[in-house]
Amino acid sequence: MLCLLRLNLTDFRNYRALTWRPESRVAVITGPNGSGKTNLLEAVSLLAPGRGLRGARIAEFARHGGGGRWAVAARLRQGEAPPFDLGTGTAGDGPADRRLFRLDGAEPRTQADIAARFAVVWLTPQMDTLFQESASGRRRFLDRLVWALEPGHARESAAHDTAVASRNRLLATRPNDASWLAGLEESIARHAVALAAGRLGFVAHLNAAPLPPSAFPRAHLALIDPIAERLATQPALAVEVWLRDALAQTRATDAATGATSLGAHRADLAISDAATGLSASQASTGQQKALLLGIILAHAALIAEARATAPMLLLDEPAVHLDAPRREALFSALAALPGPALLTGTDAEVFAPLAHDASFWQVRDGDLVKAG
Amino acid sequence: MGGPEIERLIQLFAKVPGLGPRSARRAVLKLLQYPEARMLPLAQAMAAAARAVKHCALCGNLDSVNPCAICADPKRDHTMICVVETVADLWALERSGVHPGLYHVLGGTLSALGGTGPDDLNIRPLLARVQPGDVQEIILALSATVDGAATSHFLTDRLAASGVHVTRVAQGVPIGGALDVLDDGTLATALRARR
Repeated sequence: MLCLLRLNLTDFRNYRALTWRPESRVAVITGPNGSGKTNLLEAVSLLAPGRGLRGARIAEFARHGGGGRWAVAARLRQGEAPPFDLGTGTAGDGPADRRLFRLDGAEPRTQADIAARFAVVWLTPQMDTLFQESASGRRRFLDRLVWALEPGHARESAAHDTAVASRNRLLATRPNDASWLAGLEESIARHAVALAAGRLGFVAHLNAAPLPPSAFPRAHLALIDPIAERLATQPALAVEVWLRDALAQTRATDAATGATSLGAHRADLAISDAATGLSASQASTGQQKALLLGIILAHAALIAEARATAPMLLLDEPAVHLDAPRREALFSALAALPGPALLTGTDAEVFAPLAHDASFWQVRDGDLVKAG
Repeated sequence: MGGPEIERLIQLFAKVPGLGPRSARRAVLKLLQYPEARMLPLAQAMAAAARAVKHCALCGNLDSVNPCAICADPKRDHTMICVVETVADLWALERSGVHPGLYHVLGGTLSALGGTGPDDLNIRPLLARVQPGDVQEIILALSATVDGAATSHFLTDRLAASGVHVTRVAQGVPIGGALDVLDDGTLATALRARR
């Protein structure tokens, strides 16, 4: 079981110098709005490769008046093995817009070295709007879930988006350059099929994930995507050929609209309650939050299964919108989890049922003080 | 600090790729300690190279003779041309010593987002080189990026009419590399290109 032994923040957001030892697997952090609860979760999220739970730029992490450099360091332990140190931040004398990683004091060879030791899964209040916003938000959400399990997915996604942007630009500037367009369409087709296959595999995996029985609703995911539909019945190469030809056919209309009408960037994700079939977009705010938590918990279980190490759960304001029975269900699910979890809230009372399983902390002036 | 000559030298050194202001100061200081043994020979070598080295009119390589030594070498296989993006790629292939033929330096890849079109690259001379019918194979050794792949596709298309055999370098498992650390894309490409 993974365990967070110590966390150090230096000039990160509102923390000047923090040393914190959570003392228990589950930690509840409370404090008024703007006190820095989410900043703390963000710091932990940055210990894994990626842009963290706010998707912020590196320059935004440095504390105001702190000289522009920042660091996050953690000591973790996996089961009975000796503890290991994981850190990230800007180098003391390097550029302030580049962040480095340290694994046991040395620069890791690849980011995969870190991913093999440490993973995070998070839920933030911003994700509450997932079911109301556009398909792109749901697609990003799905892709992030896939990335956590398949690091190669990020590269496919970046290459696909570059190819689509290049084709859009070319259609605007040299719409008759058929050889060049065909080259880009071949790339779009290859990467789009790889992305669709990755998403499809993940959705099937998540839907079938063995979860401990819980009062928590189980979510059912479905990909709405013509590429994925074809992949279900045809070989990948045949789908690539179909997509490449279809893109060649849509050049004139795509040039008129200024956008590529086919590709992995057109997919959407449908989420429903697996037991009742109720679509998430029709559900109440509380039911939506419960479904989202269901996905996050199932995702954490998948990562634990794939990596043999449970990810760290970062739940920012998880109790908001949940009724008492659902809160109970969440807390019992957390108590049964194999990995560490950090929870935030404005009111410690709400988390009272966790009293036996969690330690309670208050954020006060850039420091964490043990509560109760 | 030490007069305008030194400042100017540091500024110029700091523009050399791989150097920054700090390493430029270090390099200049070191050179100034041995002006006769290191600095003047360097200055003379730079002046000589700047005057003598030109792009080869045939392949785009850098050399002090034109056509370059590779293009002029009768022992090389003139039926085979390897297309690369930069002179650095040409040097890398030459170091490996595996390509017996000639080269063609494109000067980059097509880039719709970067505004590099076919006319900005050394493409027309390449098409002219295969016209007489002596060339039998064109090997495309371009980056495995979206732009590199689009450029390879573009060139394959343009070369189709000439009847020349167009091949691409393989992508896959690096020598000494373990399979389980490869990303999925490379592994899939390697498996597809098995033989």
